[in-house]
Amino acid sequence: MSMGMVYALLGAVLSTALAGIGSAWGVGMAGQAAAGVTAEDPDQFAKVLILQLLPGTQGIYGLLVTFITLSRIGILGGKAITDTNTGLMYLLACLPIAIVGLISAYHQGKTAVASIGIVAKKPDQFGKAMLFPAMVETYAILALLISILVISNIH
Amino acid sequence: MAIVKMQKLSVCANKKHRKAILEALQSMGAMEIHTEDIVSDDALQRMDTTNAIASFEKTAVSFDRSLKIIDSVTKEKSKGGLFAGMDEIKKSDYDSVVADREDLVKEANEVVSLEKEKTEALGTIQKDENQKLSLNPWLSLDVPMNFEGTQTTDAFIGTVPGSIDEETLYAKATENIEEPAVSTEILAQSPDATAVFVISHKKISDKVSENLRNIGFSRPAQVSSYVPKTGVEMLDGDIVDQKTRIQQIDEKIAGYAKEKERFRIASDYFRSRAEKYKVLGTIPQSEHVFFLEGWVTAPSAPKITKLLTEKFDAVVSEEEKQEGETEPVVLSNNKFASNVEGVLESYGLPQHGKIDPTFIMSIFYVFFFGMMLSDAGYGLVMTVVCCIVLAKHKNMADGMKKFLRLFAWCGVSTMFWGAMYGGFFGNAIDTIATTFFGYKGPDIVKPIWFNPLNNPMKLLLYCMLFGLIHLYTGLAIKGIQMLKDHDFVGFFSDIVAWFMFLVGIIFLLLPTSLFEGIAGTEFNFPAFVHPLAKWMTIIGMIIILLMSGRGNKNWAIRIALGAYDIYGITSWLSDVLSYSRLLALGLATGVIANVVNMMGSMAGGGVGGAILFIVVFILGHILNILINALGAYVHTNRLQYVEFFGKFYDGGGIKFKPFKAANKYTEIKEEM
Repeated sequence: MSMGMVYALLGAVLSTALAGIGSAWGVGMAGQAAAGVTAEDPDQFAKVLILQLLPGTQGIYGLLVTFITLSRIGILGGKAITDTNTGLMYLLACLPIAIVGLISAYHQGKTAVASIGIVAKKPDQFGKAMLFPAMVETYAILALLISILVISNIH
Repeated sequence: MAIVKMQKLSVCANKKHRKAILEALQSMGAMEIHTEDIVSDDALQRMDTTNAIASFEKTAVSFDRSLKIIDSVTKEKSKGGLFAGMDEIKKSDYDSVVADREDLVKEANEVVSLEKEKTEALGTIQKDENQKLSLNPWLSLDVPMNFEGTQTTDAFIGTVPGSIDEETLYAKATENIEEPAVSTEILAQSPDATAVFVISHKKISDKVSENLRNIGFSRPAQVSSYVPKTGVEMLDGDIVDQKTRIQQIDEKIAGYAKEKERFRIASDYFRSRAEKYKVLGTIPQSEHVFFLEGWVTAPSAPKITKLLTEKFDAVVSEEEKQEGETEPVVLSNNKFASNVEGVLESYGLPQHGKIDPTFIMSIFYVFFFGMMLSDAGYGLVMTVVCCIVLAKHKNMADGMKKFLRLFAWCGVSTMFWGAMYGGFFGNAIDTIATTFFGYKGPDIVKPIWFNPLNNPMKLLLYCMLFGLIHLYTGLAIKGIQMLKDHDFVGFFSDIVAWFMFLVGIIFLLLPTSLFEGIAGTEFNFPAFVHPLAKWMTIIGMIIILLMSGRGNKNWAIRIALGAYDIYGITSWLSDVLSYSRLLALGLATGVIANVVNMMGSMAGGGVGGAILFIVVFILGHILNILINALGAYVHTNRLQYVEFFGKFYDGGGIKFKPFKAANKYTEIKEEM
């Protein structure tokens, strides 16, 4: 196996691992807040559950990039990499979603906690509360986009 | 697709019709009553109804409580959960409840007091158990706990700290006593304390008492006059008694289960009555007449006027809106668009005189949602599930109904986009064909348009194009609003100039090598396009530069404000880029769906493989639908709220809250 393969795999693994860590972190934080609200007012369960899930998407984006990578480097499909440079390119391509996924999920989790606070006090303001965490997610989406665009253009 | 025109009515009527009029208005639920503007003087008094309101609300709550108690005893769960609506009841049932309301109140109170009795019984059982526990160490005692001794002896019953054996106890108790006429007995031992029973002759009992005190002897806090064993038996008997009592109470409560329907109606009746008295308390009245004012929708005004004048001899006049008054907002939209009213409402309703964006928004909403979820199979599941729920729960709350209808439509749009992208549960059909039927050949399911994974750049450009259309629509609505307000200068300098500027820039940029590279095609425009675009950009820019700060007299500041406004082009850039989420989320659904199929087909063909495939397929796709539908919902909302509304809309309307029956459980079905 070439060194390039190792780099590419490293990238693939990092994008799921880091983005996943971020999501677990964010969903965990939001989950604690959501549990607190549900204990006081069980009717808000559905709303706070949605808010809790919002930071979970980064993990999925990471998984997505991993699968696209794996399906191109000869593990789940495509051709095996023979040179180191191509491998490094895959590693770099995976970094946006890995890093931004990690950090944005953490901060989205914090924002979700605050939004759960909105729902606890004013359940009818759910629409607005949902928007704040969604703003953070924008940057994860941009990172995902760049990762996908780069990977799909490596030849 | 508009805001309904409102009409203010003022009513003056004979006081004797007061309640009848309020009841009529309440059952119609068509008027939002405002009485705070009516000047009150000595001749006009407001009635104090606080006590009546409090008592009605209390009664309503006691019905609610007894319903809960009955449910907890009969272990019946509320049906329908999230989708449960109000029960439809017949007018005759309602009337009979109103007639029997006194008896029903008694019954509800009976249920509440039975519950109280049950709580007491449970408390007694708990107390008995505790007492039993405290008697435990003394069980081997065969004299009553308060036994003090015989004629010649004194008894010491109590505990000493720590665990000691009989010999030590005897030694300690008889310390410094010459004639130790003492008998000691260990009743129970634990690491913390030892229960002891000591008898001594009266002559030396003082000394024994002192010795015992030295080792920390103490009598129990409460002593009873019976032998502990008998005590435990008595307590056991009491517990059994209490349990039978609880059972009897439960049976009695369960006996009221058949009254639940009537309890619900009664609860609503009292709550509505409290609501009526709240309004009654705000109505100014003189000795013979009373006044009230309120908003109704303009179309319903003649009907209400007719009813009040003909039936109750009231004087009704249509009032003009006064300075500083805002009329409440009711939206009226066609059946499709009204489904997004809830989405609009959670951002803020439009004000009167502004444009209601519901209809335009509904089209974009459904379109974008479909693009993000973009799988024909998922769309099908969504639409079918929403329709089933809608059909099953006919009388669910209005907001929930609209929400589900909206998602049924979003499902249709998802199916459309799934077909365009060639996704039906990802690549399920091809995976099944190759894994289980050994199919080898070209893809069976072909996208109508193209597969975004093969050419993401192309789709990215289309996403931005859709975004531009969305944003331009927003800007156009703002323009129409300005024309409506006769602000022609504003329309020209804020809207037309921006359109020129933006369209010009786009046509200047598209043929550059950067954009051609991204799009992968060449843009060959006719020769006149370039100079036209150039001049549009320049003219637009100059107008913005000169006119943006037109509120300011100082030309230097005015130009500076204009320049700052041109800098606002960056916000257009970020707004347009924001639509790239249409691509990213669409890809996410498709790729994860493919991953699910791939994992399912890992065991290959055959029966085992098929079982694995079915399990993975169902679980995986359900998870994917849930997560991606949530993502699509959140981000569609975001595109509407932030990008689209950011261009023209600021909400701020106040919702129309008509005076109506405060029903929680039931709805009277009008009999035709």
